[in-house]
Amino acid sequence: MLIWFFLAALTAVELSVAFLPWPKHIIVLILVGMAFWKAALVGLYYMHLRFEPNRLRILAIAPLPLFAVLVLAVITEYIW
Amino acid sequence: MAHTAAIHEDVMAPPRTRAAGAGVYSEKLGMWVFLGSEVMFFTGLIGSYVILRFAHPDSWKPPGHVLNIPVTAVNTFLLICSSVTMVKAFAAAQDGIQRALRLWLVATVLIGASFVGVQVYEYTHLIEKGFVPSEGLYGSTFYTMTGFHGFHVTMGVICMIYVTWRAFRGKYTKEDHRGVEVIGLYWHFVDLVWIILFTIVYLI
Repeated sequence: MLIWFFLAALTAVELSVAFLPWPKHIIVLILVGMAFWKAALVGLYYMHLRFEPNRLRILAIAPLPLFAVLVLAVITEYIW
Repeated sequence: MAHTAAIHEDVMAPPRTRAAGAGVYSEKLGMWVFLGSEVMFFTGLIGSYVILRFAHPDSWKPPGHVLNIPVTAVNTFLLICSSVTMVKAFAAAQDGIQRALRLWLVATVLIGASFVGVQVYEYTHLIEKGFVPSEGLYGSTFYTMTGFHGFHVTMGVICMIYVTWRAFRGKYTKEDHRGVEVIGLYWHFVDLVWIILFTIVYLI
C-alpha cells in the first residue's frame, strides 16, 4: 500500500506542477523525472525486479540505452 | 553406431552446470522476453513522439486545451488501483487463500474494464469536438500512442478474465500459481507504460 500511496501522491503532484507558471523546460524536467520515478517504483516493487536475478533485470532494461541512442541521434538534427 | 549415438546424445544435452531459464521458471522467463519486446515497441513509439514534438513544437496545444486532463487523471488513478488489486491477488495466491484470490482478480478485471470504458468515452468526446486522428501530428500521435496502450489494456483484461475463470475452478494453489504471477507482470507493465504516456501526452 505504501507504493500505491507514493504513486497516487506523485500523480497529484504532477497534476499541480503541469499548470505552474514556471519555464516550460523546468516543468518538463520535473514531470519526466517524476514519471520515471513512478515507473521505477512499479518495475522494482510491483514487478519484483528488485528481488529478481540480475540476468532478468538486464533483460528488462536492455532496450533503454538503445532508446536513448535513437532519440539523441535523431534529435541532434533539430538542436544543431 | 553405439559410439556415434553416445556422442550425439552428449551434444544435444543441456550443459549440466548451468541453471536453465535465467533462474526463473519458463512461463515467467517467456513473459519477460515478451515484455522486453514490448519495451522496445513502446520506446520506439515514445522516441518517435519525442522527436516529432521537438521538431514541430507548434503542432501541439498547451496541456488541457484539447485533452480532458481531469477525466484522464481519474483513469490514471484507476489503473494505479488495479495494480494494487493485482498485487493483492498475487499475495492471496501465494498464501493459498482462494476466496481473496478470486475477489482481487475480479476487482482487477472490473477496474481494467473501467479504464477501457473511460478511454472510449474520452475518444467519443474528442471526436465529437473534431479532434480526430487526421488532425495533424497532435491527433495522429495522440491516437496512435493511447490507442496502442488501450489495445494492450483490452488484451490484458481478456487474459485476466481467463485467469479469473481458472481461479474460480481452483487451478491456482499455494504451491503453483504461475498463471497469476505471469499475468500480473503484464498488467503492471501496462500500468508502467501508462504512467509515462500520461505525463508526456497529457501533461507536457
